[in-house]
Amino acid sequence: MIGLLSLTTFAPLAGVAALLVARALNGASEKTDTLAKWIALATTLVTFGLSVIVTLQFDPKNPGFQFVEDVAWFAGLHYRMGVDGISVLFVLLTAFLLPICVIASWKSVDKRVVEYLIAFLVLETLVIGVFCALDLILFYLFFEGGLVPMFLIIGIWGGKRRVYAAYKFFLYTLLGSVLMLAAILAMIAIAHTSSIPALMTFKFAPWLQTWLWLAFFASFAVKMPMWPVHTWLPDAHVEAPTAGSVILAGILLKMGGYGFMRFSLPMFPNASEFFQPLVFALSVIAIVYTSLVAFRQTDIKKLIAYSSVAHMGFVTMGIFSGNAAGEQGALFQMLSHGVISGALFLCVGVVYDRMHTREIAFYGGLTNRMPHYAFVFLLFTMGNVGLPGTSGFVGEILTMTGAYKASTWTALVAASGVIFSAMYALTLYRRVMYGEITNPQLATIKDLEPREYVLFVPLIIMTLVLGIYPNLVFNLTASSVDALVGAWRAAVGG
Amino acid sequence: MQTLVTILVFAPLVGALIAGLFGRRIGDVASQAVTTGLLILACALSWYTFSQWTWGGLEAFTVRLLPFIHIGDFQANWSIRIDALSATMLIVVTTVSALVHIYSWGYMAEDDSKPRFFAYLSLFTFAMLSLVTAADFMQLFFGWEGVGLASYLLIGFWFKKPSASAAAIKAFVVNRVGDFGFALGIMTTFWAFGSIQFAEIFPQIAAHAGKTWVFAGHTFPLMDIACFLLFIGAMGKSAQFFLHTWLPDAMEGPTPVSALIHAATMVTAGVYMLCLLSPMFEYAPIAKNIVTVIGAVTALFAATVGLTQNDIKRVIAYSTCSQLGYMFFAAGVGAYQAAMFHLFTHAFFKALLFLGAGSVIHGMHHEQDMRKYGALAKLLPITFIAMTIGTIAITGLGIPPLELGFAGFYSKDTIIEAAYAAGQHNPIGMFAWVIGVLVAGLTSFYSWRLAFFTFNGKARWGHDDHHAHAHDAHGHDAHADETHDEPLPDDDHGHGHDHKPHESPWVMLFPLVVLSIGAVAAGFVFTGYFVGHHQEEFWRGAIYNAPTNHVLHEAHGVAEWVKYSPLIATILGLLIAAYVYLLKGDERLGLKLAERKGPLYVFFYNKWFFDELYDATFVRLAKFLGDLFWKGGDQKIIDGLGPDGVSAVSYEVGKRTGKLQTGYLYHYAFVMLLGVAGLLTYALFKFH
Repeated sequence: MIGLLSLTTFAPLAGVAALLVARALNGASEKTDTLAKWIALATTLVTFGLSVIVTLQFDPKNPGFQFVEDVAWFAGLHYRMGVDGISVLFVLLTAFLLPICVIASWKSVDKRVVEYLIAFLVLETLVIGVFCALDLILFYLFFEGGLVPMFLIIGIWGGKRRVYAAYKFFLYTLLGSVLMLAAILAMIAIAHTSSIPALMTFKFAPWLQTWLWLAFFASFAVKMPMWPVHTWLPDAHVEAPTAGSVILAGILLKMGGYGFMRFSLPMFPNASEFFQPLVFALSVIAIVYTSLVAFRQTDIKKLIAYSSVAHMGFVTMGIFSGNAAGEQGALFQMLSHGVISGALFLCVGVVYDRMHTREIAFYGGLTNRMPHYAFVFLLFTMGNVGLPGTSGFVGEILTMTGAYKASTWTALVAASGVIFSAMYALTLYRRVMYGEITNPQLATIKDLEPREYVLFVPLIIMTLVLGIYPNLVFNLTASSVDALVGAWRAAVGG
Repeated sequence: MQTLVTILVFAPLVGALIAGLFGRRIGDVASQAVTTGLLILACALSWYTFSQWTWGGLEAFTVRLLPFIHIGDFQANWSIRIDALSATMLIVVTTVSALVHIYSWGYMAEDDSKPRFFAYLSLFTFAMLSLVTAADFMQLFFGWEGVGLASYLLIGFWFKKPSASAAAIKAFVVNRVGDFGFALGIMTTFWAFGSIQFAEIFPQIAAHAGKTWVFAGHTFPLMDIACFLLFIGAMGKSAQFFLHTWLPDAMEGPTPVSALIHAATMVTAGVYMLCLLSPMFEYAPIAKNIVTVIGAVTALFAATVGLTQNDIKRVIAYSTCSQLGYMFFAAGVGAYQAAMFHLFTHAFFKALLFLGAGSVIHGMHHEQDMRKYGALAKLLPITFIAMTIGTIAITGLGIPPLELGFAGFYSKDTIIEAAYAAGQHNPIGMFAWVIGVLVAGLTSFYSWRLAFFTFNGKARWGHDDHHAHAHDAHGHDAHADETHDEPLPDDDHGHGHDHKPHESPWVMLFPLVVLSIGAVAAGFVFTGYFVGHHQEEFWRGAIYNAPTNHVLHEAHGVAEWVKYSPLIATILGLLIAAYVYLLKGDERLGLKLAERKGPLYVFFYNKWFFDELYDATFVRLAKFLGDLFWKGGDQKIIDGLGPDGVSAVSYEVGKRTGKLQTGYLYHYAFVMLLGVAGLLTYALFKFH
């Protein structure tokens, strides 16, 4: 009766129920906490399994929506779900990262463990919902609802300045949400439908597109985040617990890019073309500006957060390039960034768990004591730098290639980003890993433990497999992306 | 044959993985044996392939392994392309690599992370093989950056030493500057020709040659802008003028690495790329002129710096840089065959010089300052002979009427003659020729200076000197000194001066002997195939010459005095070096000249002040802008006007309303949810 997509989306809620039952039966104790972690892990693994089934059953030749569910809700609203080649990728990514988040939190979280896990599971449902929703109202519910657990994860389980960070996060996103909501309401009023597939073919008047585009842009640009509305991200990352950072960088940021591809491009094609120069300008500013800022950071997590903003610059650039290379590159870059930056935040977590500081100056010479960690960290650093053979390269080169077609200036400035990324990433690696150990507190630091291997091995495999055989992804996304690009070109008369 | 070359390319990767992942478990000896064994296998297969190509009539072919990126016209594959160019590079890469693997058994004997070292060496070799066998731009770029990674890892191999890890970053970042241009060149080529596969692009070029292309707001001839951008990549990898600063610093890596990566193979990738892309460059006259000028200037610049350096490895590094300049201007004037030939011979004698220098450094207990050498000929006889052969080969001594000489004689003279021949139609060629002859003299001077300084004259490593040195080295500051190859053992006290310099073990001398044979014979044996009468049969289309390009043919017909001019310059350089460092009462004259610190000497000694210039401009600017954007842009402007301004206001409000600011975040969340719900309700009633 219940569709496969709904099953995948709401499976984590079953885990939430199980968690509540477990606590009701056992009371709050350490035993409950341990049990809760196993329940959460099992739930996320089952969800991942379901998402794999979705992906395997997905027909890549069909550019339209698949596994569609459409149930009349109330007051004329519909519960519509479905995935195409673009969204199925994000469902998979989300479900892939969640078990890793649970394992990452295994030791580092000790207060309110059950609530913490509930927040993650609810978040998973809401995020998968965002990618599957085919109805505007439903999408909006998932999209905004997802903020709440994230907000709590930062605000309750975060670091010292968690309230400030959560507040900043909240302010920024609220601004975007309000404008998007207004736009959604206007769209429904005009088109008399809230169905996303229907709206994708509905032709809004060009002047209206401009306003709607801007309203959506406000929301998605904050989520990406694009320059200059990016300053919430470094603070949010710094204060968030490790797993929170993984989710934030790995999935929540992708909601912005997904939004551009699902709404802005197909629904407001003329406006998208009109605003292409604006997006390009903001993208390349993000790439250069935040890379330079990253170069000067003294906090490991902040550095990686700024590097995330720079990498998202490639994504927005690719999305608005208007050709298949750029779009595919942007999609791939989002996927790859989800894996690599997630992994980098886990790398920070490894040393943070041991030393409880993220100050770069505190560290130095870790390779001497932690050769395995050195290897893992190096691999993901290289992925972050976009070394060919890792997944980081594919997205960068394709988005630049796509942008080149639209504007050589954009590609030229963006390409300078490959120099800056090498600068900040390798400098970070050098300061933390190379040299002699001079800080006596590091003299007994331990190398990776088995639990941490479990975390990193899947991410390493993903980084390399996607880097060497990215066609795996392109096979899945090709027809949907071609349809998107084709529709866009037809609309703007290209 | 297809299986054979596949095994050839992947053997080093297998070795790298085994040694890298299981090195600790299987132990040092097993790691070394596996990597070295697989490299010898790859080397044997390479020579087989090359001989099949040269004498067996093998046809060019491409093995398709796996799709890489397929999006519309953007069709990249993992493949192995075999033709004259790649077959030549295969033997260069695997031969030097195999010998360096063997050599490292001795050189790295006392290092405590041998598996890591051998894994990196093999990884490098794999990346280099994937570079030379690429059939499209993506795999070329993969190999290109892959060797960059290996270079980074090996320069920084002694990661405890700050200077080593700094040099590693510098190498990577400067190469990235090159790759920035390279990537843009690839994109230009892709959008101009609708393909990134060489086999699809090359046939289209003649038809597109006259087209223009708009790049960054300006209109350029298509082929010139594409080739120029690609050439920036070559400049980075091959350490050409402006992007050369990383190469001397790369000497922080262990000496076998310098021989393999920073002399014989990786740094020649730029030259290889130009020759591979000769079908494109042949239609890019402006880009070719730029290549010629940059090459010639690099040759001159590096040679002048090489004259003054005292660190044995740095002299050879600048020499490499200078010789790469020769190869570039050879390609620039259209004599790609000569560029490849010099690449080929240079690999032998430069690897020989580096490994010889390594043997001296090994024998001198990791002393690299030539001022502390002297009179080593008798103590290191085999190294002495090998390095003398290498020196003769690089300076290109030979007998023009008999057409008989050491390796460099054939390849370098062909380049200089080609520049002269090109100079008949193009003043840029003449420019290159003048510099080429001049640099031949400089090369001879600095090479012989190195040889005499090291092996002849008085021993400057006497008791007193060494005592001071050992004492000096005990202070930790000395670790950062550029003249030390690697961190000295901690128990250095009284260690150094008890030991006389000693000859290296056979495992290190054997590669020297093999390379010596190459340095003597590589020119003589292969000149006919690379640049002589058989060149067209040998290359079989792998190198393209435009119908109007007869430079190689004309080079053979230049006047006698042109043929003699580099030899005369070389002999002059030798004589001056001999006068200064041999005859004139020991080496004192040279040292005195250095002590006078004339302006030209200071200029050369400080490498034309490039590092200072770049530090003062680019590095500082990056730091300044980073701080400005961070503290000014993000914190003051964006946050100040945005969230902090707002939250300052709301904080005031919060203080008054009291309870909202408890820090109890459920409240925020609750308010947010309430807002969402409220708006939704409104929406429902309004529109449905």
